Amino acid sequence: MALIVRREALHPTLTRLDVLAPLVAGRAEPGQFIILRVDEEGERIPLTVADFDREKGIVTIIFQIVGATTAKLNRLSEGDEIRDFVGPLGQATETPDEPGKKTAVIGGGLGCAIAYPIARKLWQEGGEVHTILGFRDRSLVILEDEFKSVSGKTVLMTDDGSYGQKGLVTDGLRQLIDGGCQYDGVIAIGPLIMMKFVCQLTKEYGIKTLVSMNPIMIDGTGMCGCCRLTVGGKTRFACVDGPDFDGHEVDFDEAMARSAMYRPFEARRREAECVLLR
Amino acid sequence: MPNMSLKKNEMPAQAPDVRSGNFLEVALGYTEALAVDEAARCLNCRNKPCVEDCPVGIDIPAFIARIGAGEFEAAYEIIARYNSLPAICGRVCPQESQCEGKCVRGRRGEPVAIGRLERFAADYHNSRGGEAASRPAANGHKVAVIGSGPAGLACAGSLAKKGYQVTIFEALHMPGGVLVYGIPEFRLPKAIVRAEIEGLRAMGVEIVTDVVVGRSLLIEDLMEREGREAVFIGSGAGLPSFMGIPGENLNGVYSANEFLTRINLMKAYQEDSETPVYRGSKVAVVGGGNVAMDAARCARRLGAEVTVVYRRTEKELPARLEEVEHAKEEGVVFHTLTAPTSINGDKGWVASLTCQRMVLGEPDASGRARPSPLAGSEFTLVADCVVMAIGTSPNPLIKATTKGLETQRWGGIVTDESTGQTSLPGVYAGGDAVTGAATVILAMGAGKTAAEGIDRYIRGGGAE
Repeated sequence: MALIVRREALHPTLTRLDVLAPLVAGRAEPGQFIILRVDEEGERIPLTVADFDREKGIVTIIFQIVGATTAKLNRLSEGDEIRDFVGPLGQATETPDEPGKKTAVIGGGLGCAIAYPIARKLWQEGGEVHTILGFRDRSLVILEDEFKSVSGKTVLMTDDGSYGQKGLVTDGLRQLIDGGCQYDGVIAIGPLIMMKFVCQLTKEYGIKTLVSMNPIMIDGTGMCGCCRLTVGGKTRFACVDGPDFDGHEVDFDEAMARSAMYRPFEARRREAECVLLR
Repeated sequence: MPNMSLKKNEMPAQAPDVRSGNFLEVALGYTEALAVDEAARCLNCRNKPCVEDCPVGIDIPAFIARIGAGEFEAAYEIIARYNSLPAICGRVCPQESQCEGKCVRGRRGEPVAIGRLERFAADYHNSRGGEAASRPAANGHKVAVIGSGPAGLACAGSLAKKGYQVTIFEALHMPGGVLVYGIPEFRLPKAIVRAEIEGLRAMGVEIVTDVVVGRSLLIEDLMEREGREAVFIGSGAGLPSFMGIPGENLNGVYSANEFLTRINLMKAYQEDSETPVYRGSKVAVVGGGNVAMDAARCARRLGAEVTVVYRRTEKELPARLEEVEHAKEEGVVFHTLTAPTSINGDKGWVASLTCQRMVLGEPDASGRARPSPLAGSEFTLVADCVVMAIGTSPNPLIKATTKGLETQRWGGIVTDESTGQTSLPGVYAGGDAVTGAATVILAMGAGKTAAEGIDRYIRGGGAE
């Protein structure tokens, strides 16, 4: 059981929860994830750690309401408990060994919530950080001030141009590179399609790119093999080998097909969940 | 007068055409009369060959004699002295290659149905509210157990009986390990697992779920915090193996671990389950062990036509005989001497398997005949779902986060077989984490051995 100590609706489809989970907070590092079950009948879903406070034993998660489980999670209030909350799982994001390296951190939508603690860590370790954030429209923008406080340069993109520049994160990245910014590395976290196109671009420029994969999981501890993906022609498991991988080696098309495996099932369940609420 | 019938008493079971449509337990267990009658087949041999091949050394003729005398609770008490999970072992032990394999009655006719009698005694006890084992006097020492599968439960049970304060750390949300995520309800009802675990709790064993040792806590935390003197690692089998053939990441291809976890742990076979499972109409299960049989029989119950693809002959199937027979009765088709070479997709989903015929050659390192492909024998097997049940490799988490813990090249933890001790003082291990995928009873035997090792270590003041 993990107590929800704070709940904040960031947007009608985005919610932030601060959860009391001392064991997870005690060892969490940026880039790792947790697995939760909302209640006794719930499915297990992975969510990335958005922040943590070791002293208070609090872990922050930010989630998008996309399916029946996240809809159910969204109905919990402060003072409610999440039935199961286990972690931290996966490997922490590797940051450069030496300070002074220049990294472009790219966040797309909810991916920004995962990218932020990584950007902050790079900044705290003395790296130079530029961030490029992409959202569908102005109403979905999150963590803008937080990113600005840890970045030498922040570029904000929206699909419809309602805030920042109109365009995709790849447009923003290309502008920066063509404008003379030389990056030692790129970290891209967001929808699979975004990460795929960022990787295509950085491959062109020969910049090493780390992506954070978020495949379907069940146990999340290296037992079921559900989260496998092809990286450099080999089968790897996101839960124990990842979730970060060399983006130039990841088979994104396969990952996209695998992530859609239960879409019809999820649509049915979402529908049932909505009927329940009517 | 012993019962000289050459055949074991059959155990009542659900009819194959009925049970292949439900997840209820297949075998229904002996009645009291059937049990007493079967017990009379035991010759009560003085040298007890059956006991030799029992990994936990149960005094088999003694408990059978009690059943024969109608003293069922006394029979249970004898078993419980050696085995903390008898209702489980009576159901899932490969008796034909252990106790029953050595039974003198088996030289002419069938051996005594030792497994069925063990199950009977345990069920008799549990159905009467299972008088909880009394809580032993505490000896003031604390031990941590990692994993609540058969190895961890057996180790915890043995230590608790000696008065140790035991805490089990389980990564999943429910205790039981493979007994709850792997072995299906129809072979091992989860209520039985729960009852056995409640029995351990009644002896004072504490079980903490949702803790992944190697991530949430490290072994050094378990030892240093709260003054635990020893740790037992029973973290079980790990990542599923795949064949490395094209198409294994297509949608509709499962590892047996994933397929079984969705169905058993997450109850995806129930219509209202929140966890999905893809129910193919033609399912191919690759492999021939107990896990493959479990997967095949689950797929059958989800309504599919099921084929088991195995590269050796039926004689070499590593699964328990009873599982193979049950699978066949339920309509599972066996393609033996067959191995897949690729899984073929259509729009990202499985459409078929390309297979080739095999021939058996000389015995390999495992002592089994080595299969080799027959040139030009390729054929297509239509399937919309494939379950790979070809084994696992040990979970890397504990190895990667525990300095000085020696492992084999393939990842299994190195231990002294007679004590379960690892390369680290106070750290013991057993079960699949040590041996690679094996059986429930071997894991339990290793857990029990390690409990003795830990007891000697702690009583010896921390040096063996």
